[in-house]
Amino acid sequence: MKQQVYKPASAFRLVTVMLALLSITLVLLWRAVDLHVVSKTFLQNQGDARYLRELPLAAHRGMITDRHGEPLAISTPVDSVWVNPSEFSAAQADWEKLANMLELDVQQIGKSIAQRSGKEFVYIKRHVAPALAARVMDLGIPGVSLQREYHRYYPMGEVASHVVGFTNIDDEGQEGLELAFDKWLSGEAGSQRVMRDRLGRIVKHVELLKKPQPGKDLALSIDRRLQYLAYRELKRAVMSNRAKSGSAVILDVKTGEVLAMVNQPAYNPNNRGNLQSHKMRNRAVTDVFEPGSTIKPFTVIAALQSGKYNANSLIDTSPGYYRVGHNTIRDIRNYGRINLTRIIQKSSNVGASKLSLSLEPETVWRVYDRLGFGMITSSGFPGEASGVLNPPANWRQIEQATMAFGYGMAITPLQLARAYAAVANQGIMKPVSFVRVEQPVRGERVIDADAAKVMVRMLETVTNEGGTGLRARVAGYRVAGKTGTVKKVMTDGYTSEKYISVFAGIAPASNPRFAMVVTVDEPTGEDYYGGQVAAPVFSRVMGGALRLFDIPPDNIEYDKTKLVLLHNAAAGEHP
Amino acid sequence: MKAEWLLIPLIVAVIASALGVVYSTHYSRKLFVELTELKQVRDELNVEWGQLQLEQSTWATHGRIEELARKKLNMKPLDYKQVIILKP
Repeated sequence: MKQQVYKPASAFRLVTVMLALLSITLVLLWRAVDLHVVSKTFLQNQGDARYLRELPLAAHRGMITDRHGEPLAISTPVDSVWVNPSEFSAAQADWEKLANMLELDVQQIGKSIAQRSGKEFVYIKRHVAPALAARVMDLGIPGVSLQREYHRYYPMGEVASHVVGFTNIDDEGQEGLELAFDKWLSGEAGSQRVMRDRLGRIVKHVELLKKPQPGKDLALSIDRRLQYLAYRELKRAVMSNRAKSGSAVILDVKTGEVLAMVNQPAYNPNNRGNLQSHKMRNRAVTDVFEPGSTIKPFTVIAALQSGKYNANSLIDTSPGYYRVGHNTIRDIRNYGRINLTRIIQKSSNVGASKLSLSLEPETVWRVYDRLGFGMITSSGFPGEASGVLNPPANWRQIEQATMAFGYGMAITPLQLARAYAAVANQGIMKPVSFVRVEQPVRGERVIDADAAKVMVRMLETVTNEGGTGLRARVAGYRVAGKTGTVKKVMTDGYTSEKYISVFAGIAPASNPRFAMVVTVDEPTGEDYYGGQVAAPVFSRVMGGALRLFDIPPDNIEYDKTKLVLLHNAAAGEHP
Repeated sequence: MKAEWLLIPLIVAVIASALGVVYSTHYSRKLFVELTELKQVRDELNVEWGQLQLEQSTWATHGRIEELARKKLNMKPLDYKQVIILKP
């Protein structure tokens, strides 16, 4: 049997086949190495470019609210329409449609495109309502895109404009608390890298490139309703007295919070077309004035604290004027020998000057200084003025005498309100705050408790029969306060035509809660006394404040019987 | 002999785990899409809330309320003489 033995036809064929297979394998191997090692970065980048996207994470500016959470400034999203000029130029036929929709001038668009033809990004119109922006995109004009931005709205408008301030078009704080708390309010946009699928949906969160920091909300100490009331009454007073300007500040004496702060003239922060700097100033904080008679209580406090005087100590003010060097200090009439309480009630310049001159300059100065005159408050409000209080070392006699009734020093309405709040709070001054105070804050004792209590009683006589501030009364409440009628300094000295009418007061006198200062600058009507111009504003706003904060009346004795009768009558109707 | 018996379950296990990876990746993507959509809804609702707040405070402007109260409802601020104080 012949066995068939396999015999290779030729070694050549075998080698050829093996070489062919080997080379194919090598090619594949090389390709694999090429893809995985050599070109890896390039390919990875290309792949990523097709699937990975960097997306911005929006962070909008925090809301500003009043003390009850009612909005005072809100950011809402809007869209800004921008174009890529090179693409947009090709679609000139559509410009008309776009211009009509956005209420723009076609030629204007053409001009701005021509000017910036080299750029890739030109705003056509900023801050467009989202609905309109969507209609613009529906036109499908090449080169037109939207950018999400935030527009700031101020629902209170003029009423809270000075305190809240405003932002510019790029959402940065420019004025007021928007500027002071810009860091707190403004968010920082972040970005993330994501993977998208074929349909553009995000399928994987790859990494967070930058964490977005949304702006934080800010609750102010302002009470919206009280702010409005103060605004309305101040505006009315400034208009009816044909005054140049005015300010009003209300502080909570227990916490140091600013409950309302208004100025005239005001501006509408939602309409920035006609901003004028004189309307934009928050005069209650940035403008100083000579406080006049409203300083007398602090002069009297200096006297009380010296131990030399008490409320019944007598001062001789006759004959109604008092010569200091070459100058003469005058009262309206000759009050004769009067006690310290009457000096406050009648607002005697002679009495206050004599009191002050009987004390060391240092002693008087220390009282003014501890009350914070000449120093900015802790409010942090941008542009706050410190005022002027000269050091006692170089006080001349006449300076000390006039300072006793508020000339020769300059303070802001806020500083004056803070000083009255300290008197109201039994001598303890709380730091001024525009932000809602959650925890009770420690104050600083600036007046002896006894002197402060005596002073509240003295100030109460001002609104009682025979006082200068009758019109500051609030029905049902005991009000303590002081009027001031300040002659303004002009280039040629003090005039007798231009005045600032001031009223500073606290209520309810039995357990004070609020301190308020009203100033009206240059009233040109018939009235110009603080007790005629500023006191009625105080009365109406303070009355509203007491009602809004549910403060029980502390002066119901005088018509109690009637109240009981009314009570019975009402009860009779509803058995 | 023994090793071959072991191989079959191992292959099955590998395939199962591979399928498991595929499934869980798919599932996580699906959930992620859902999450993104929900986040978007949240953002949109936030925006709407802001707009509604704005609208509400615009309607509730004190000047407007006061005018409506005075003219339409014939309301007026309370006179202190009419106040009755009830002491508990």
